[in-house]
Amino acid sequence: MANTVELKKLCTQVRRDIVRMVHAVSSGHPGGSLGCVEYLVALYGAIMEHHPNAFSMDGKNEDLFFLSNGHISPVFYSVLAHNGYFPVSELSTFRKLNTRLQGHPTTHEGLPGVRVASGSLGQGMSVAIGAALAKKLNNDNRTVYSLHGDGELQEGQIWEAAMYASANKVDNYIATVDYNGRQIDGDVDHVLSLGNLKAKFEAFGWTVLENHKGNDIEEVIASLNTAKTYLGKGKPVIILMKTEMGQGVDYMMGTHKWHGSAPNDEQLKKALDQLPVTLGDY
Amino acid sequence: MKKYTYTEKKDTRSGFGAGLSELGKTNQNVVALCADLTGSLKMDAFQKEHPERFFQVGIAEANMMGIAAGLTIGGKIPFTGTFANFSTGRVYDQIRQSIAYSDKNVKICASHAGLTLGEDGATHQILEDIGLMKMLPNMVVINPCDYNQTKAATMAIAKHHGPVYLRFGRPAVPNFTDANQNFEIGKAVMLTEGTDVTIIATGHLVWKAIEAGEKLAEKGISAEIINIHTIKPLDEEAILKSLAKTKCVVTAEEHQMNGGLGDSVAQLLGRKMPFPQEFVAVNDSFGESGTPDQLMTKYGLDTINIIEAAERVIKRK
Repeated sequence: MANTVELKKLCTQVRRDIVRMVHAVSSGHPGGSLGCVEYLVALYGAIMEHHPNAFSMDGKNEDLFFLSNGHISPVFYSVLAHNGYFPVSELSTFRKLNTRLQGHPTTHEGLPGVRVASGSLGQGMSVAIGAALAKKLNNDNRTVYSLHGDGELQEGQIWEAAMYASANKVDNYIATVDYNGRQIDGDVDHVLSLGNLKAKFEAFGWTVLENHKGNDIEEVIASLNTAKTYLGKGKPVIILMKTEMGQGVDYMMGTHKWHGSAPNDEQLKKALDQLPVTLGDY
Repeated sequence: MKKYTYTEKKDTRSGFGAGLSELGKTNQNVVALCADLTGSLKMDAFQKEHPERFFQVGIAEANMMGIAAGLTIGGKIPFTGTFANFSTGRVYDQIRQSIAYSDKNVKICASHAGLTLGEDGATHQILEDIGLMKMLPNMVVINPCDYNQTKAATMAIAKHHGPVYLRFGRPAVPNFTDANQNFEIGKAVMLTEGTDVTIIATGHLVWKAIEAGEKLAEKGISAEIINIHTIKPLDEEAILKSLAKTKCVVTAEEHQMNGGLGDSVAQLLGRKMPFPQEFVAVNDSFGESGTPDQLMTKYGLDTINIIEAAERVIKRK
C-alpha cells in the first residue's frame, strides 16, 4: 500500500485531472468531485483489496465500491485510472462522443472498475446491499463500500435500503455520506433539511461514525479503518464524512455554485495555479 | 383444423411458482426476492426449500430492484416477484438504470397483470407494463398463455443472460399447452394454420383466440392462430410468413392498445408488409372493479371481440 505522502501527491494530481476534465467539455460536476478526492484516493490506495489488472464484474474475493452519487464521475474516473483500471490518457475522452467515460458512470461501455450505472440518485445503496448479500452467499468475506451525496439522502429508496440493511444484518458493508451540506439549489438545510442525520441512521439500526475532516487523508484512512473494526457485528456501518465542496480550488469552496458547472479558460488557469503537477498531467 | 382441449384450468402464477421451485433445485445461483406478496406470487415453495436464497424485502419495491441488481454481481440470478403494477411503473427508473442500462441478469417476474386481477380495481390493474418494459433497450418481454407455458418460460429465462420481464396473471385459465414443452424465447408458436386471417394473441387472450378460431371455422372463415409469448424480441419471420398468406391480422392482448403487442405488430407491418390490422386491446382507458369475466367483456377482450375483429379486418383486405 502507498504511504500518505504518495497518496497526498495523488490527491493533488486527481484534483488537476478533475478541473481539466470538466473544463475540456465545459460540463460536469467539479464541486463534489473535489470534495471526495481524499475518500476515493484513500479507499483505492490504502483500504480496499482490489484487482485493477484483472477486473471482473463479479469481483469475487475482492472488496467492491459503488458510487451512488454518479455525478462526481470525474474523481471516480481519475482515481480508477491512477489505480490502473484503464490508461490515465483516457481521461481526455471524458464526456466526449464514443467515450467509455460517460457523463455518469456506466457498465454499458465496458469501462473497467464500474459495476453499475449511477446518476439517477438513491439507487446505489440497494445495489451495494445486493452485492454484499451475494458475497455472503458465496462465502466471500471481503467488504462492500459505497459513497452517497448528502442531498441524495432525500431520495426515499435510500431509507428503504437503510431499513433493509439493519433488519437483515448486512454487516459486510460500509457506506459513506459525502456530508458537504450543499446541493444544486443551495444549502441542503435550505432545500430539504436532513435533520439529525446521525440520529436518523442510528434509529435505522446502523453503526454511525462521524468524520469531521473528510479532506484530511490521514483522518479518512483512520475513519475507514475504524469502520472496518465494526464489520461482522450484525449491523451495517455508515461514516458521515464532513467535506468541503470544491476543496482545493479557493473560488469553488464555500458555495454550491460549482456543483455542476465547469470553469472557463481563465478560471481553469486560476485553479491549476493552486494545484501543482505532482504525477504528470494526462 | 387442429382441436385444442384441456383437462383443467390453472393460474399462470402457479406455473411461475412451480418453475421457480424446479429452478431452485437445479441451479444453485438462482435466488428469489419478494416484496411482501410471497403467497400471491406462489413463491412459497422456493422460500421453504431454499430459505438462504430467498430475500423478503418488505413493501419496498425500489430497494428490491436495486438489491436484485447487486446480487448479480457475484454471479447470482435473481428473480424478483411482485404484482405487475409494482414490478414496472413503480420502479421504472430503478429498472432502467440499475438493471437494463447496467446489463444486469435480473428476471422481473410480475403477477396479477391486466384486468383479470379483478375486484381490486384499476389501481392494481396495470395495462401499460408491456409497453414500459419493451421500450427499454435489451429487455426481453414474455407473456405466456397458460400454466405449463409459464412454468417452461420461468425455467427458460434462467438460461438467458440479461434482463427479462416475465408477465403472468391471477385467474385460472385453460391449461392446454404441453407440460414438457421446449420454451424458446422469441419463437412464435403456430397453433392453427389458416388462410383468411391471422390472429396473433398473447397471454390470457391466446385461449380466447383458439375459441374464436373455432367459431370462425363454423362460419367458413379459415383463421391462422399464432401464440406470441415473447413480445420482445418479436418473431418477425413467423408473423410476416403468415401475413404473406392471409393478408390481414387481428392482434389480441390484455393490455393497452398503445404500447402493446398490437403496437409491435403494426410497427413491423408498417416497415415490411403493410396489411390491414384490427386490435383487440384496451383502448386508452383504466380498468375498474369487477369479476375477471365481467371486465374482459366490458372492455372488449372476449372471444366475440376477436371474432368481430376478424370479420372486420377481412372486409378491409
